[in-house]
Amino acid sequence: MIEFRMPSLGADMDAGTLVEWLKKPGDPVRHGDIMAVVETQKGAIEIEVFDDGVLDQILTKPGEKVPVGHVIATIRGADEPPGEGPLPVGAPPPPPTAASAMPPASKVTPPPPVECPTRQISVTPAARHRAAELGIDLGQIEPGPDGIIGLDQIEAAKRPPPPEPERKPAGISFEEMRKAIAAAMAKSHREIPHYYVSSTIDVSLLMGWLEAENERRSLPARLLYAVPLIRALALALAETPELNGHYIDGRFLPATHVNMGIAVAMRGGGLIAPAIAKVEALTMDAMMDKLRDLVGRVRSGRLRSSELSEGTVTFSNLGEDTADEVLPIIYPPQVAIIGCGKIAKRPWVSEGSLVVRRTLTVSVAGDHRVSDGRRAARFLSRFEQLLKSPEAL
Amino acid sequence: MTDQELAEFVRSTLIKVAPDLESEVFAPDKDFREQFEIDSMDMLNFIVALHQATGIDIPERDYNKLVSLSGCVAYLRAKGYGQ
Repeated sequence: MIEFRMPSLGADMDAGTLVEWLKKPGDPVRHGDIMAVVETQKGAIEIEVFDDGVLDQILTKPGEKVPVGHVIATIRGADEPPGEGPLPVGAPPPPPTAASAMPPASKVTPPPPVECPTRQISVTPAARHRAAELGIDLGQIEPGPDGIIGLDQIEAAKRPPPPEPERKPAGISFEEMRKAIAAAMAKSHREIPHYYVSSTIDVSLLMGWLEAENERRSLPARLLYAVPLIRALALALAETPELNGHYIDGRFLPATHVNMGIAVAMRGGGLIAPAIAKVEALTMDAMMDKLRDLVGRVRSGRLRSSELSEGTVTFSNLGEDTADEVLPIIYPPQVAIIGCGKIAKRPWVSEGSLVVRRTLTVSVAGDHRVSDGRRAARFLSRFEQLLKSPEAL
Repeated sequence: MTDQELAEFVRSTLIKVAPDLESEVFAPDKDFREQFEIDSMDMLNFIVALHQATGIDIPERDYNKLVSLSGCVAYLRAKGYGQ
């Protein structure tokens, strides 16, 4: 029997609330299938399975919040005969109609967990403090599914959930998202000895090439300038293993592919950086399609768990009409993040003359436990060199 | 089409690519990129949707004329759309 666990949802999220199962016991499942939808601090995430087999039992019901790593279902391997494990007679799956209409967890009293060996109630120190602050009687509070009264439970008891502001995808609380971002960034700031290296580069040639290219293309096939930037970054990163991978438990694990997290601002506030896998193998057209799809799913709240946990490096592109440069903070357990300011016309010295050029300031934040500024400087030179021949990208 | 109908058409086209703006009130002359944090991908998708709905070919250099409801209305009028 294979245990299907709540997958990692990235450094800033440690739990998820089950919203809806998309498979029911008895359904065949294949590597890459979407099993369920989980609500997180950054919106709804589709969780995928990485085994083949048959869904045996569902152990977590819609509305339940479980930590990353918790077993939420069991899967029978393709060659395992049915009936080896207990059959799900006593626990029929919830009807899909009820599941899809499920409100966010904070609005429901969590149903008793299916699997919870101990029912000892404990209160986190933060929750105790907050409850005292608000004058809430802890005895009146229903603990979470894990038997713990945490800040979530206190906040839920404090007031009826406010009507959802209209400008956000359903289910996202910006307050919660800010907490998630703060937790990951505080960890990064605390643990990662950052260094910064940046270069301002002339991208007139690149932009000229892109304008001619887009002029030639039909509207739906046009490219954003972020696409050649990502392409060049991917190629340069593939040659710079020290900036691409994870630092876990005191060890650097270089990645075999470049899975680039793309920082996407969420309207109304907040940020998420889902990854596009193996960018080094994508043509610019394929990259544009992936980017369009990714931004669309950030907006509609339909990212996949693998996109949040498998990034090996992050790219933060401020975009048009923003600021000159950005000095970003590494998203753990990654070891580098690359930031680009806006492209603007600026004075530039070319062959001894002062000229006007479109330039871009690119910054790399690296992890000193893994690399030094010199390595990042070489990476930036390579990036600049690649952008000088955009037609070859 | 009246200007108001054209503006409504533009608004509904933008909402098609950014459904989360559904109930927002659009200031006619305000740059909607600023008003609603429309990024370059949303903007490109919006222009693609305008192109697909109207058949007008919109070169990249014209994109900055299409950043407010009134700007879009003026542009579509100039291209003879909705006569």
